[in-house]
Amino acid sequence: MAIRQFGVATALTVALGLATPAHAVTEIQWWHAMTGGNNDIVNRLAEEFNASQPDYKVVPSYKGSYPDTMNAGIAAFRAGNAPHIMQVFEVGTATMMSATGAIKPVYQLMKDAGEPFDPNAYLPTITGYYSTSKGEMLSFPFNSSSMVMWINKDELKKAGVAEIPKTWPEVFDAARKLKAAGHDTCGFSNAWASWAHIEQFSAWHNLPIGSKANGLDGFDTELKFNSPIHVKHLQNLVDLQKDKTYSYGGRGSANEARFASGECAIFLTSSGYYATAKSTAKFDFTSALMPYYPDAPGAPQNSIIGGASLWVMGGKKPEEYKGVAKFFAFLSDTGRQAKLHQESGYLPITKAAYEKTKADGFYAKNPIPETPLKGLTNKPPTENSRGLRFGNMVQMRDLWAEEIEAALDGKKTAKEALDAAVARGNAMLRTFEKTAK
Amino acid sequence: MEKSTVFNNRLLPYLLLFPQLVVIIVFFYWPASQAVWQSFLREDAFGLVSEFVGFENYQALFAQPEYYRSMLTTAIFSSLVATLSLSIALLFATQADKNLKAAGAYKTLMIWPYAVAPAVAGVLWFFMFQPSLGMLARPLRGMGVDWNPLLNSTHAMILVVMASVWKQISYNFLFFLAGLQSIPRSVIEAGAIDGAGPMRRFWTIVFPLLSPTTFFLLVVNVVYVFFDTFGIIDAVTGGGPAGSTTTMVYKVYADGRLGGDLGGSAAQSVVLMVIVIALTAIQFRYVERKVQY
Repeated sequence: MAIRQFGVATALTVALGLATPAHAVTEIQWWHAMTGGNNDIVNRLAEEFNASQPDYKVVPSYKGSYPDTMNAGIAAFRAGNAPHIMQVFEVGTATMMSATGAIKPVYQLMKDAGEPFDPNAYLPTITGYYSTSKGEMLSFPFNSSSMVMWINKDELKKAGVAEIPKTWPEVFDAARKLKAAGHDTCGFSNAWASWAHIEQFSAWHNLPIGSKANGLDGFDTELKFNSPIHVKHLQNLVDLQKDKTYSYGGRGSANEARFASGECAIFLTSSGYYATAKSTAKFDFTSALMPYYPDAPGAPQNSIIGGASLWVMGGKKPEEYKGVAKFFAFLSDTGRQAKLHQESGYLPITKAAYEKTKADGFYAKNPIPETPLKGLTNKPPTENSRGLRFGNMVQMRDLWAEEIEAALDGKKTAKEALDAAVARGNAMLRTFEKTAK
Repeated sequence: MEKSTVFNNRLLPYLLLFPQLVVIIVFFYWPASQAVWQSFLREDAFGLVSEFVGFENYQALFAQPEYYRSMLTTAIFSSLVATLSLSIALLFATQADKNLKAAGAYKTLMIWPYAVAPAVAGVLWFFMFQPSLGMLARPLRGMGVDWNPLLNSTHAMILVVMASVWKQISYNFLFFLAGLQSIPRSVIEAGAIDGAGPMRRFWTIVFPLLSPTTFFLLVVNVVYVFFDTFGIIDAVTGGGPAGSTTTMVYKVYADGRLGGDLGGSAAQSVVLMVIVIALTAIQFRYVERKVQY
């Protein structure tokens, strides 16, 4: 039995060996966390690249959620077989940056490979997130998004809400009307609790999340998001949660389905939800800018990005790096970027792609993909709205959400919860500072 | 009275033990010693920098109020899961042990859930009780229960306990059934002839004779709730809301994998290991006395 199997295996190997072209193809492993429609896009990109040239073959592998993918990559690095390209969500940026030696900075990669690369071609609001203070691009932005407010226009009309709400008080009013009109389990909701109510909320109101420009200027940053406006906002959510005018949606994106099902007619989540909304929502919907408090000075400021970038792992062969560089050049192509943006709702990463989409008149017909761009470029960014970079951010987000949950469940007051989130977060930042030295 | 065998060759007993010892050393003592060593280090996630810090990880751990809370959560969670999964399984086993039509089918159905991976079991329960979409959460809400495991910590705890119990019942059922079938019918019949009712027969004859099985299952179940349930918790609640379902083993996972704090996470595993060793020792020292082999 065993011998026969061995025989079959040998025959197969020989057959495959004969079928392979004469010259060797360099394989490039790409680990990612894209599901659904976006997973298809990843596979299609790889296929197109592989078909476009004979020397390199990009092999995408789905590795689970964003944290799963990152952990799989880190574990693989420790075991000595990291992938070439790893998709890391924006909150993992500080961890990746501090791992000098484990990563190959993108600007270095492009220079070594001699690929045409102009950092100024990319949208600064996006690349700023993934660059050093000197402007050297460390990772390659892939799917960038921002937070927007999704609106079920049909239900708003039914509830008698004529205008799409712009401010938080208007959202609360609209939610009350929706509730009165039969949405008794959910007036409004959101995905990504910490991202919505702490990170985006702070930037949008020009309030610091932490000192040192939200950590962009150094790891010795301290959290600051327990200001009176933050407390007031959380207190409002707590009050509205009591009668389901606000319905908490959890830490991740699982609750997005409540928008498509029609249960929640106002829903804050990523602009990258577009592809899914298009295929699942059976009503007239649109996206709008995030709401703000009109009495907060300077609000609305500008939103910050989310999503993920591609990191190149260290210790690979020059030949393989050349392939990675070619792949990145391929991804930066204007036509391809414009198409990606229009299909997925993720942001175009180059200025040219944004201009092309505008020039093609795309936004006039489809305003939804432009909403996040309007939010990002609403005003020139300040220290509080350039972005954020905190170590241990993956776990810190959970910690912040924990405290938000404690307040919403009535275990703590809004002030106590935010104070605790800041204090516990600071303790984590100090631990990270010690290891990142 | 235990049997003892006398070996003439001094080397032979060791040689016979050797394979077993190798397995234990490679798969238990080696990783355990690694965890102990790692708990004295501070490392970054990638393992690029590593520094000996003595007991600093332990000090940081015991300074966290959340850690004591996770201990309390673990105590509540494990006693609930162990008690429920043992008693429900025993009830099912005694019922399946009766002379039934299609007993084989019942037994098979009872054993099935054991083949489900913890994470899959978790996802299953998560979807059934997802507040707005779950097929069991909707009727609950329809009955006026404000079911919301996303925010209500009691609801979240009920959910992870149910999922963990459901997963473990099959295993316990299997052992209880085997235990019940090995009890000689004659003893029970003698009891019946002497006029003992079914309840009395169960508590004075069956339950004591079943005690070796019960004891074994108690030890196994405690180990299960302490170590194997994190997949379920991860899939169902992610330790939330507000940390109310973060048990000690889930915190080890969260701090080590999500937080990249390997030293702190290793320190927690060492503490957890000490607790489980202590618990098992107590069980063998005090509970085993009551066992009638």
